Amino acid sequence: MAHQSETRSLVSFAQLQRGRGKVIYWTLLTVVVIAFTLVFIGPLYWMITGALKSSPELAQTPPTLWPADPQPENYSDAWERLDLAKLLFNTFYYAVGALVFQLVLDTAAAYALSKLRPKLGNLILGMMLATLMIPAMVLIIPQYVTVIDLPILHISLIDSPFSIWLPAVANAFNIFLLKRFFDSIPEDLMSAARMDGAGSMRTLWSIVLPISRPILGVVSIFAVTAVWKDFLWPKLVMPSPETRTISVGIYAFSGGTPQNVVVAAAVIAAIPTIVFFLIFQRSIMSGLTAGGLKE
Amino acid sequence: MAIATVPGAGIDVGSQAPAPVDPRRARRNRRLKDNLTGYAFLIGAVICFAFFSWYPMVRGVVMSFQRTRAGETTWVGWDNYERIINDPSFWTAWQNTLYFTVLALVAGYAIPFFLAVLLNEFRHAKGYLRILIYLPVMLPPASALFLFKYLAYDPSDAGLFNSILKGLGLPTSQWMQSTDMTMPAMVLASTWMNMGGAVLIYLASLQNIPGELYEAAELDGAGLWRRITNVTIPQTKLILSLMAMLQVVATMQLFIEPLILANGAGSEDSATSVVYLIYQHGFFQNDLNGAAALGVIMLVALIGFSAVYARLNAQQD
Repeated sequence: MAHQSETRSLVSFAQLQRGRGKVIYWTLLTVVVIAFTLVFIGPLYWMITGALKSSPELAQTPPTLWPADPQPENYSDAWERLDLAKLLFNTFYYAVGALVFQLVLDTAAAYALSKLRPKLGNLILGMMLATLMIPAMVLIIPQYVTVIDLPILHISLIDSPFSIWLPAVANAFNIFLLKRFFDSIPEDLMSAARMDGAGSMRTLWSIVLPISRPILGVVSIFAVTAVWKDFLWPKLVMPSPETRTISVGIYAFSGGTPQNVVVAAAVIAAIPTIVFFLIFQRSIMSGLTAGGLKE
Repeated sequence: MAIATVPGAGIDVGSQAPAPVDPRRARRNRRLKDNLTGYAFLIGAVICFAFFSWYPMVRGVVMSFQRTRAGETTWVGWDNYERIINDPSFWTAWQNTLYFTVLALVAGYAIPFFLAVLLNEFRHAKGYLRILIYLPVMLPPASALFLFKYLAYDPSDAGLFNSILKGLGLPTSQWMQSTDMTMPAMVLASTWMNMGGAVLIYLASLQNIPGELYEAAELDGAGLWRRITNVTIPQTKLILSLMAMLQVVATMQLFIEPLILANGAGSEDSATSVVYLIYQHGFFQNDLNGAAALGVIMLVALIGFSAVYARLNAQQD
C-alpha cells in the first residue's frame, strides 16, 4: 500500500536524493511519465479526434494531428443510426440487474457457507470452487444450449435479461472473496447477536453487511465491469436489435457503417466505463490486489 | 426466529419446566434449524450454479458424443471428434492459438513485471501512472479493438502506426492484411488492453518485500542486477508462477481479437483461433455437437497443462 513509502525498495531512498542518483531518478521518471501518457492516453486522444474527422480526412496521408474540419455530427450520427441510447440503456440495465442478483444471492450463499455452515456446506463450496478451473469459453456451447431450453422448466431465456443475470450469480470467485471476508468476522460478535435474540437474517443485515462494505464494493465493481465488457455471451443470448448490449450493437453495425461513425460509437461506449473508473479508481485498484487474482 | 434455548442449562430449570427439555435434543434442534436456514440462504446461488455451471459441464461432455439433427438426438461415439479434427482449420487454429499464447507470454509477462519493478521505485506520480496503466483494462474490448482496427492498423500510410514508422524512417506494414503480422498485431492490441491488471498485482507483491532484504543484499555488495535476481524475483516467485499459468489459460481463449481485428479467420486463416473455430462450428456450420467436442478437447488440454505446470512447480520447491 502507498503509505509504506518509507520502507525501502530495490534502490534506497537516500541514494535517490543526492548526486547522480537524483539526476537518473528524475530523468527516468520524466521519460516514464511522458511515455505512459503517450501510450495510454495517446490512443484515446486519437480515437476521440479520429471520430471527429471526415472520411476523406481519415484516409489522408500523413494523418492530421488535429481534425482540420471537425465534424461533431459524426457523434450525433452514431447516436441516431445505432440507436445508442437504447444500447446504453440495455447494457446499464443488464449491469445493474447482474449486480443486484450477485449481491443478494452470492452474499447470502457466502454467509451461509461461512457462518451457518450447513452439513453439506463444504461439499457445495468445493463444487463451486471447482468451476474456477474451467475456462469460460470452453463452456460456452453447453451453456448456450442450456439457456435455449432450460432443463426441467423447458423455457428459453434468449433475449431475456435473466440469461445474463442468473449465470452471473454462478461466480465462484465472488463467493470465495465474500466468504473469506466473512470468515474474518469474529465469532464472538455473531454469538453476541444470537444471545440478543437476533436471527440469522437479522445478524446478516445489521452485523455482517455493515462490516463488509469494502468487500461488497469490490464485488459490485467486478459485477458491473464484467457485464459492461462482456462480448460473446451477450452476443449469443441477446441477439435481437432491441436487446443488444452496446459492444454487440457496435459490432453488428460495423459492417455497413463508415469508419468514423463506428469509432464515434466506440468512444461513446467507452465513456461510461472511463467515468466509472475515475470515480471508483481507488476501490477498483485496491480491490484488484486485495481480492487476489482475476483477469 | 428467536431461539431461546440456553445451552448447558438443565439442572435448575428441569423441575420448573412442564416438559423437561433435553439439552442434547435442544442443541440438535438448533443445529437442524441452522442447517435449514443455511440451505435456505444457499439455494439461490446453488440453483444458478446447477443450471449455468455444473449442468453445462456434464452436458458439454454428453453433447460431444451425440448428434442432433432435425430435432433428433442420437449417440454417435467419437464421430464429432473425428469431424472436428479433420476440419481443415483444426491444426491451424491450434498453431495460431499457441503462437499467440507464446508471444503474449513474452510480451504480457516480461513487460508488466519490468514495469512493476520500475514503478515501485518511483516516489512521485505513482497514482497517475497506475491510473494510466489500468485505464485500457476498463475499456470495453470491442471499443478498443475498433480503435486498433480502423485507426492504428490501417494498412495505408494514413494509419497511426504506419505514420509513426514512416516518421522514424522504418518500413511500414500491412498489419492485419499481412499473414506474418496478424498475430503480433493481435498480441500488441491484447497486451495494451490487458496488462494493467498484471502490473498492479505485481506492484502489490513487490510492496510486500521486506526492505531489510535489500539492505542486507546491498551490504553484501550486491549491485542492482544482483538485487533483482537474488531478492526481487525469489520473493515474488509464487505470484510470478501463478500469473504465468493464469495468463496462459486466459490467452488460450483468444476470441474477440480475431473476430474484430481480422473479421474472424484473417487472411489465409492466419487469425483463426480455437475458440473462434468453436464459434464457427456452433453458430455458422450448425454443428453444436462438433463445437462441444472441440470445447472438451480444449478443456482437457488446458487442465492437462495446469496439472503438469503445478506438478513441475511443486517439484522445483
